[in-house]
Amino acid sequence: MTTAATSPFALSQRHLLGIAGLSRDDIVGLLDLAEAFVTLNRQVEKKTTALRGRTQINLFFEASTRTQASFELAGKRLGADVMNMSVSSSSIRKGETLIDTAITLNAMHPDIIVVRHHASGAVALLAQKVDCPVVNAGDGQHEHPTQALLDALTIRRSKGRIDGLTVAICGDILHSRVARSNIILLNAMGARVRVVAPSTLLPAGIERFGVEVSRDMREGLAGADIVMMLRLQRERMSGSFVPSVPEYFHYFGLDEKKLAYAKPDALVMHPGPMNRGVEIDSIVADGAASLIREQVEMGVAVRMAVLEALSRHLPNA
Amino acid sequence: MLSDRRPVLLANARIVDPSRDLDFPGDLLIADGVIRDTKRGIGQAGVPEGTEVIDCAGHVVAPGLIDMRAFVGEPGAESRETIASATQAAAAGGVTTLVCQPDTEPAIDDPSIVDFIQRRARDTGIVHVHPMAALTKGLLGTEMTEIGLLKAAGAVAFTDGARSVMSTQVMRRALTYGRDFDALIVHHTEDPDLTGDGVMNEGELASRLGLIGAPDAAEALILERDMRLVGLTGGRYHAAALTCAASLDVLRRAKDAGLPVTASASINHLLLNENDVGEYRTFFKVAPPLRTENDRKAVVAALTEGLIDVVMSDHNPQDVETKRLPFAEAAAGAVGIETMLAASLRLVHNGDLSLAALLKAMSSRPAGLLGLPGGTLRPGAPADIVVIDPDVPWVLDRDTLKSKCRNTPFDEARLQGRAVRTIVAGRTVYEFV
Repeated sequence: MTTAATSPFALSQRHLLGIAGLSRDDIVGLLDLAEAFVTLNRQVEKKTTALRGRTQINLFFEASTRTQASFELAGKRLGADVMNMSVSSSSIRKGETLIDTAITLNAMHPDIIVVRHHASGAVALLAQKVDCPVVNAGDGQHEHPTQALLDALTIRRSKGRIDGLTVAICGDILHSRVARSNIILLNAMGARVRVVAPSTLLPAGIERFGVEVSRDMREGLAGADIVMMLRLQRERMSGSFVPSVPEYFHYFGLDEKKLAYAKPDALVMHPGPMNRGVEIDSIVADGAASLIREQVEMGVAVRMAVLEALSRHLPNA
Repeated sequence: MLSDRRPVLLANARIVDPSRDLDFPGDLLIADGVIRDTKRGIGQAGVPEGTEVIDCAGHVVAPGLIDMRAFVGEPGAESRETIASATQAAAAGGVTTLVCQPDTEPAIDDPSIVDFIQRRARDTGIVHVHPMAALTKGLLGTEMTEIGLLKAAGAVAFTDGARSVMSTQVMRRALTYGRDFDALIVHHTEDPDLTGDGVMNEGELASRLGLIGAPDAAEALILERDMRLVGLTGGRYHAAALTCAASLDVLRRAKDAGLPVTASASINHLLLNENDVGEYRTFFKVAPPLRTENDRKAVVAALTEGLIDVVMSDHNPQDVETKRLPFAEAAAGAVGIETMLAASLRLVHNGDLSLAALLKAMSSRPAGLLGLPGGTLRPGAPADIVVIDPDVPWVLDRDTLKSKCRNTPFDEARLQGRAVRTIVAGRTVYEFV
């Protein structure tokens, strides 16, 4: 893998805590680096040595099979020793665990720590307490930077560019760290971003995020190149934020009829896991316009790029 | 203790007595723990033999400050703050009377606990301490406390501290019954249902940080309800901590209608706004949350015009274990009794209000509301006095704070002016050197 190994790119940040801290050069650099890993991952021999001898800890305070597996595979393909730690938030007193765990893990001399936590800002707090680079794998309702990067890579490979595209992000914007990271990244890369949701699922002040806001799928999807659906959690759909699943699907669920409001060549994305029949129809999810499986593939490549870029800051790298 | 009985002359001072709208260069004579005289040129000739003369070098001599809202951990949370440590912090901030809140463990909802506070204050404190008693038993919002007996025991007002009484019926009865004892009902106005899990002012910043917002309507809503109940009952009411323009509109209408209503604002909401939270800085997590800059300006303007009556510290010690957590999980609250004066002098230096107006909101006004003898330099009043250098520049170092907790939002702040001497009942309890 000479392409990745000889690339002069270095991330401006020591940690990857969010898209908000990245420059446009950082984003492009990570996407370019990830391209090389896409090629590698399709080969029979998938391993490199960039992280050989390094220890990567995946610290998940919130369960996530997919993201954890993606980070694990990324680390292993780079040659790192990967340890997965799942900390149940219910079994241990909250918060204390975070700092105590950080100090404990730090004493084991990890080279990189990947963290997911249910509280916004928790990953940044942990990063203050350890000596190695930290990757945010999702913190509360704040950011999920590797998801936004993998979405950007998926879009760039499918459409050839990001600049000038219209991207409609639809669904539970209020609770979504994916939406926040994507809005920042897509704006930085020159896309036109729309959010489409019922008003109860829009955060206060969203109109100042550099997005067009719509409460209607026909209006919001008009002329869109990319339709990005978000997951709506079960506990939020029975009267608390929206009245019912049928009503939500009727107005905001993506089916073939609503997809037809977008451009004829519009593509569909979803960060997963999907609620089929809630925010997206199976025919669309599995149809020709769907990029959902490619997103998963790009996830491994992007995480390899992030891990390698951060490892370049390590001593003796 | 013989020296305690020596008369003291505070000479060469700027006498500022907001209780009588006096501001003049002069001297102040103390004897037997009582103010004897304030006038221009008492001089050393006009004082009794053996009088200790303190040259104030032109500094301000004013009534000792009365902090109307401080949370102290005794009884129940002595690791965070004791009455002793709170009064040390108070003295260093020019506060001669500390009004503690009933949110203790157990709550101050019984005359025996009022008695306990008074004994502990007498035995371990260096400034006056008066408790507010709980308005409802156990601060649960369901049954009113023994307002008559608690007041007779020494409770200066009634409040459920950091909690709102959500039952309209309970609130109505408490206001009605309290009126018979001329009790002051102090109320934290925040609808917990509407605030929900909100941890920061609702708006763009909270949304960007992924934090759940608390709308200012949650505050204005309960205040609005309470104004109706005050109109219905005629009970004497004080809003514990107003933070936003929406609430001030409600307060203004109530005052214009002649209702017996007053209100406080905390130094935090007068000097800080939601932007100070920055990247999840938990020392800026307070309840109600810091609001927008427009709200802050509105609160300052309300203080200037007298719509806000009292400035208080909202002193709330929190230690590392409750603050070094993810923002949503961290405890709300900031220490403030020691920085209340120095921080709020910023408003004077900015030209927002006069020194006399600020001192009034921290001395004579709360004294009047609570029926306390201090807050004045009138001859015959207790010699509770603060000497203030209003101009000395300094930088706050939280490690020098006297409180047991260091959770100040003003760490490393450049401040101008401070208490240089604090006198309680004629005795110097703090001197800045």
